[in-house]
Amino acid sequence: MAVVVAVPRVEAQAAPRNLGDQVLRLVLRAAALTLVLLVLAMVVSMVRASWPAMRAFGWRFLATSTWDPVAEQFGAIPFVYGTLLSSLLALLIAVPLGIGAAIYLAELAPAWIRPPIAFLVELVAAVPSVIYGLWGIFVLAPLLRVWVQPALGKTLGFLPLFQGPPYGVGMLAAGIILAIMVVPYITAVSREVLLAVPTSQREAALALGATRWETTRIAVLRYGRSGLVGAILLGLGRALGETMAVTMVIGNRPEVAVSLFAPGYTMASVVANEFAEATSDLYLAALIEIGLLLFVVTVIVNALARLLVWSVGGPVKAVRE
Amino acid sequence: MTPRARRGVNVLMSWLAALAAGLVVLPLLMIFAFLLWQGASAVNLDFFTHLPKPVGEVGGGMANAIVGTLMLLALAAVLGLPVGILGGLYLAESRDRRLPWLARFLADVLNGVPSIVIGIFAYSVIVLPMRRFSALAGAFALAVIMLPIVVRTSEELVRLVPASLREAALALGIPQWKVLLRVVLPTARAGIITGVMVAIARVAGETAPLLFTAFGTASGTRGSISRSRPCRCRSSPTQSHPMTTGTVRPGPGPSCSSAWCSW
Repeated sequence: MAVVVAVPRVEAQAAPRNLGDQVLRLVLRAAALTLVLLVLAMVVSMVRASWPAMRAFGWRFLATSTWDPVAEQFGAIPFVYGTLLSSLLALLIAVPLGIGAAIYLAELAPAWIRPPIAFLVELVAAVPSVIYGLWGIFVLAPLLRVWVQPALGKTLGFLPLFQGPPYGVGMLAAGIILAIMVVPYITAVSREVLLAVPTSQREAALALGATRWETTRIAVLRYGRSGLVGAILLGLGRALGETMAVTMVIGNRPEVAVSLFAPGYTMASVVANEFAEATSDLYLAALIEIGLLLFVVTVIVNALARLLVWSVGGPVKAVRE
Repeated sequence: MTPRARRGVNVLMSWLAALAAGLVVLPLLMIFAFLLWQGASAVNLDFFTHLPKPVGEVGGGMANAIVGTLMLLALAAVLGLPVGILGGLYLAESRDRRLPWLARFLADVLNGVPSIVIGIFAYSVIVLPMRRFSALAGAFALAVIMLPIVVRTSEELVRLVPASLREAALALGIPQWKVLLRVVLPTARAGIITGVMVAIARVAGETAPLLFTAFGTASGTRGSISRSRPCRCRSSPTQSHPMTTGTVRPGPGPSCSSAWCSW
């Protein structure tokens, strides 16, 4: 255990003598405290509201897969599975694209092309998620149903991942929509991370005769590695919590299916769909418990991500979204 | 590897990276084209000024949804902006030891919390005690979503104010609070306003947290349409969620029709 030694601290700044100073200090501190208290209040209120479900099901809630509001049997497995699978699928598509685009924007692109593309990437991030959902229903799902899924089923149909009837909507559609939505975050944060890598790193590699790409690979990517992992985790956090677009294209069926063509369900979309229609208190509490679960998972993912991103650029040079 | 091969890899990787950048931007163009194609024909003056017609009838508009969005945004801004801007000022100026780090960290974490979770939070602290859905609950949820964005951008921009300005003001004997409020904040104003606009734009498209706070069902329940005032607590994003198109929900239940206009 650490021994606490009382060292008299030298005050770096004189105590405020002026009343106005003291008032402003209090007000500012109160504003910051509001933020902290808000997060605490979220935890407390959600635990309290989901208490009936926790008492009724305990850990079984996380270990069973029946979701039967009529019989009041609630298990979260289909939703956890759906959330994880759709998010992983999204990352699988989004990570290479996002990091590739970030490398292009930060290292390889000619200078005049960088600002417009960076701007467009930010625009992609600004489109509301229902719009992606609408586009998913009307454009992406028919496309998948008519072209992509039959082709995949024919060529890779021996894998259990690509079996079953092509509905269009389902896990695959959700993964693709999520990838589109997450990729601008990964691109933007990775780009900031790469830009935070000191120029001396690049100059050293270039001076040794490396090409642009070799410089990027040896000096820049390696230096910014932890920040890039952070950027990916930030994207994962988005994907886990994304609600509306996924709800609109995933098919909303609480099942654990291996095939990517089958409809699924996610934690966020079950809350969005059933919350306003929950008929009993236990049903509502179970939905809130799913929300709490989602909260805990995303907080962990985001906390890790921030610490990693900060480790490259420092917290003050904020990574904006 | 020969120098020639290395140059080849260099060119190849550059093209691949450019391709990735192109693919990232492509969906934006596709979605924009889709919206123009499908949506432009439905937009006319009625769209902005009329209430929705019952499902199945042609015509009508989204006036209530547009008004509802604007009112929700205004209320959310009133709730969220002061705390956010002051909090950002605190983060940039404070010499405290732990609180700034914690607040900054929590702001970033809160920024990543799914909006639907924030909706549940608003439901359990406002809708449950008040026993009804309200625009207030929706605005509270939106304010919580805005808060971390506003805090972080304000902090960044206050930090950008040159120290020489501060020093000059302090050297004139002006107390610190006046320096902050009358010199530092006004200097950072333009940037902070941009940050505020970004935050508002972000929550303007929020849908999920409103489903069970402001509760905008879009169904053309005649009960609500025949009222003289528009249903305020309905926002346009929830309008386009297929679960709320009214074909799913039964007619104007007693609990619903009062909830819609409860603000």
